[in-house]
Amino acid sequence: MLRLEQLSKNFGGLPALSQVSFEVFPGQVTALIGPNGAGKSTLINCMTGVLQPSSGRVLFRGASISSLAAHQIARCGIARTFQNLKLFPRLSVLDNVLTGLTCEAGSSMVMAMLRLPYLRHRERRLRLRALEALDRFGLGDKADWPAAVLAYGDKKRVELARATVGNPQLILLDEPVAGLNAAETAAVGEQLHLLRRAGHTLLLIEHDMDLVMKLADQVVVLDSGQKIARGTPAEVRRNPRVLEAYLGCMEATA
Amino acid sequence: MTDRQKFLYFIALHRTGLWVTALSLLLLVFPLVENNPYTLGLTNLIAIHAIVVLGLNLFIGYAGQISLGHAAFFGLGAYGSAIACVTFGLDSWLAMLLVAGLVALVALLVGIPALRLTGHYLAMATLGLNFVFHTILLQWDQVTGGPSGFYGIPSLSLGSFAFDDELRLHYLLWGLALLSLLLCLNLVRSGVGRGLSALAGDEIAAAALGVDTRRAKVKVFVLSAVLASVAGSLFAHTYGFISPDSFGIFVSTDLVIMVVIGGMGSIWGSLFGAALITLLPEWMDLFETYKDFVHGGILVLVLMFLPQGLITGLLDLLRVQLARLRQKNVTA
Repeated sequence: MLRLEQLSKNFGGLPALSQVSFEVFPGQVTALIGPNGAGKSTLINCMTGVLQPSSGRVLFRGASISSLAAHQIARCGIARTFQNLKLFPRLSVLDNVLTGLTCEAGSSMVMAMLRLPYLRHRERRLRLRALEALDRFGLGDKADWPAAVLAYGDKKRVELARATVGNPQLILLDEPVAGLNAAETAAVGEQLHLLRRAGHTLLLIEHDMDLVMKLADQVVVLDSGQKIARGTPAEVRRNPRVLEAYLGCMEATA
Repeated sequence: MTDRQKFLYFIALHRTGLWVTALSLLLLVFPLVENNPYTLGLTNLIAIHAIVVLGLNLFIGYAGQISLGHAAFFGLGAYGSAIACVTFGLDSWLAMLLVAGLVALVALLVGIPALRLTGHYLAMATLGLNFVFHTILLQWDQVTGGPSGFYGIPSLSLGSFAFDDELRLHYLLWGLALLSLLLCLNLVRSGVGRGLSALAGDEIAAAALGVDTRRAKVKVFVLSAVLASVAGSLFAHTYGFISPDSFGIFVSTDLVIMVVIGGMGSIWGSLFGAALITLLPEWMDLFETYKDFVHGGILVLVLMFLPQGLITGLLDLLRVQLARLRQKNVTA
């Protein structure tokens, strides 16, 4: 579904990613792991058009998307969440989720200003879908709250609702459980399970190994901008290079 | 549902429509209560300012950009109408439309390169635009009348019915202001409007949701310029005389102050901001002399304590408090 071919990114001569290739298969959960600074965020930014790769290609369903702008990639059906939440604090929870349906809401300013009946009907349908998405994540009763007042865990769930409401073909999740406590992590893990069962394709960037091991069909390990391993969770866990990267990292921080 | 619930549901569903209807009724009967031409002249000026501020608020409050040059579009509308009607003898309504189209084109040509800039750079670019425009008005006196201004602009009329006194202008100007208000309210309640709010909140997040950020900014810039141009045309026909001083950079900053005070990202606040800044000089005699100090002072205070603007800031505080209260009730 999504294929990275020899993707590299340099920042002023410093390689952040070098020659990374892997594939995300439809209906599967692919986890991308690696120690801090391994290049995971750079990779996701290159995939979503926030950064332009220095070389290499990203193919989505057979077509190259590496030269497209971020909004064009979103319109292809790739949704993402952000590591450091990017909710719109002044909008209500419902409106935040509705922004996830921007691609379907129509983009003509003139039509919007005239508020023609067909737009009003569409708006009502979108609203219902957004409410359903909120219900799925257990936030139905907070739909009209300003997003700013939500607790951190709730904000994460709103972001998940926003990323999934448009039924994207691929969802990139940038550390969905970072900063959550054990109970909240379990709840989000449950949601992700449901998403997978519903047939969504997920690319999960995560530090929480329990979650990755439970959820992933395939794990890709990055270290210093290079792919050092790829395989099932069990395979990756036994891989000596992975152990070294993680243990080395732990020694350095200890 | 009980009747009471039905009633509340109806109110909630048609909130915006009801507010607009209420305001329309209020403005309809206003001249019956207050028919002093001087007062009507002031409220008419509020209507003209409101049209500009509505557009500018879309650009500043929704698209999250800054323009310190909207007086230039306001002036282009005014001088465009004046020149088209007086020098070329065109029909005034036709002139208004043609000039608005022309201003849209100018805004497009300026906006495409200028909106690649952000923050201070965009502020400087738009300020520069305004400065150039003001200088042209002063120097090109065969066409614009130079520093002494442009005289003899005819009133707007429908057939033989001329909008030539304050009462008739009241209905015309507020009718158009309400129309602009309605269009802007529709826009912000649509998917496009949410895309714009997203843009103001976080450009990268907006793009990740499918908002074409560059195009959206240019579109809103053009829309706000067209509204400013129409307001400028109305200004010219209302007063019959225009001079470069009405379209200088200090007018641009006053327009921004109206947006900020009313509240960035608040369509209703735009009306409030336009009204407050238009009326302030009437309430304070000293004000005329120290106008810029007072405006600056208000701006600094609002930005320090309620950076979202007076109305929006207070409403946001209220909403947050309400939500906190409910949260407590839920957990209790």
